[in-house]
Amino acid sequence: MGTPKMVVVNKEWCKGCGICVAFCPKNVLELVNEVVCIARSEDCIKCGQCELRCPDFAIYLKEVPENV
Amino acid sequence: MNTSALVKEYFREDKLPHIWCPGCGHGIIMHAVVRAIDNLKLDPEKICIVSGIGCSSRASGYMNFNTLHTTHGRALAFATGVKMANPSLEVLVLTGDGDCSAIGGNHLIHTARRNIDITTIAFNNNIYGMTGGQYSPTTATGDFGTTAPYGNIDKTFDLCNLAKAAGATYVGRSTAYYAKQLTTLVENGIQNKGFSFIEAVSSCPTYYGRKNKKGDAVEMMKSLKDDYIDIKIAEKRPDLAQSKILMGEFYNKPDEEYTEKYQKIIDMLKKESYHA
Repeated sequence: MGTPKMVVVNKEWCKGCGICVAFCPKNVLELVNEVVCIARSEDCIKCGQCELRCPDFAIYLKEVPENV
Repeated sequence: MNTSALVKEYFREDKLPHIWCPGCGHGIIMHAVVRAIDNLKLDPEKICIVSGIGCSSRASGYMNFNTLHTTHGRALAFATGVKMANPSLEVLVLTGDGDCSAIGGNHLIHTARRNIDITTIAFNNNIYGMTGGQYSPTTATGDFGTTAPYGNIDKTFDLCNLAKAAGATYVGRSTAYYAKQLTTLVENGIQNKGFSFIEAVSSCPTYYGRKNKKGDAVEMMKSLKDDYIDIKIAEKRPDLAQSKILMGEFYNKPDEEYTEKYQKIIDMLKKESYHA
């Protein structure tokens, strides 16, 4: 399984283009005030599609230690 | 390595966020190029990124390698100089459709003809974005630009066919949507000892999209997914390939490289003067 991961957003770099929202296969993301927010993190399957296609390096999977 | 780690390792963080418009495909392509460099475990000190002028060419300013932001269309000429002076450098040229096929078209064909070991990634957004949406050699016939208010009457360049015909030894195309495939093509291009040309199809929602009613950033990204088909699939299923644009690896035929040929001349002359 590897280290557990969670999706995180750098809100300062997000330009609100909506590409990650549109291509998320599990409909986890939403745009709120033109900035992406993780609306349904429990549905996230950590596929990294958002990270792959964010033009602004503003969303990515971060490794989290198991005990957190 | 995730995006955050890649940014710390390979980007000038103080120059980010970049100035590209919301939904511009260029950021995805720049990301793919850096992932390719990371996957190949290349020494950043031995990489030189050269760019020309245009939206695409802003990329060199964000990337933390040896970088050279040059004049319009001349990135390949500068890159040739860099490679000739120091053949041990891995030289990558980041350019745009206007930069490399209009004002720099001559440099493109002759750099390809020489088969010098340079990897060119052409960010093709089918328009001059930075200067306000003028049509470029890759704007489709009939499409609109600020300089084609009644529709473009020019025929379109196929950049990959152009590079291949001119003598490039590795040629491929992918789109910002297929970022993983793009990374693989860039990796292969870097590993090819000769002139590699990778067309990275981008999207310009601000000018090309708006002028041609192609929709917003998301709609344009969907086109970069749906309008393209891999050449291997197209060969097996021609029925699926109808009205689609081919992508993938088009040409991979290594040939003798230019700086090596030049070195042979140097070695030969040194030998002759030694025996004289």
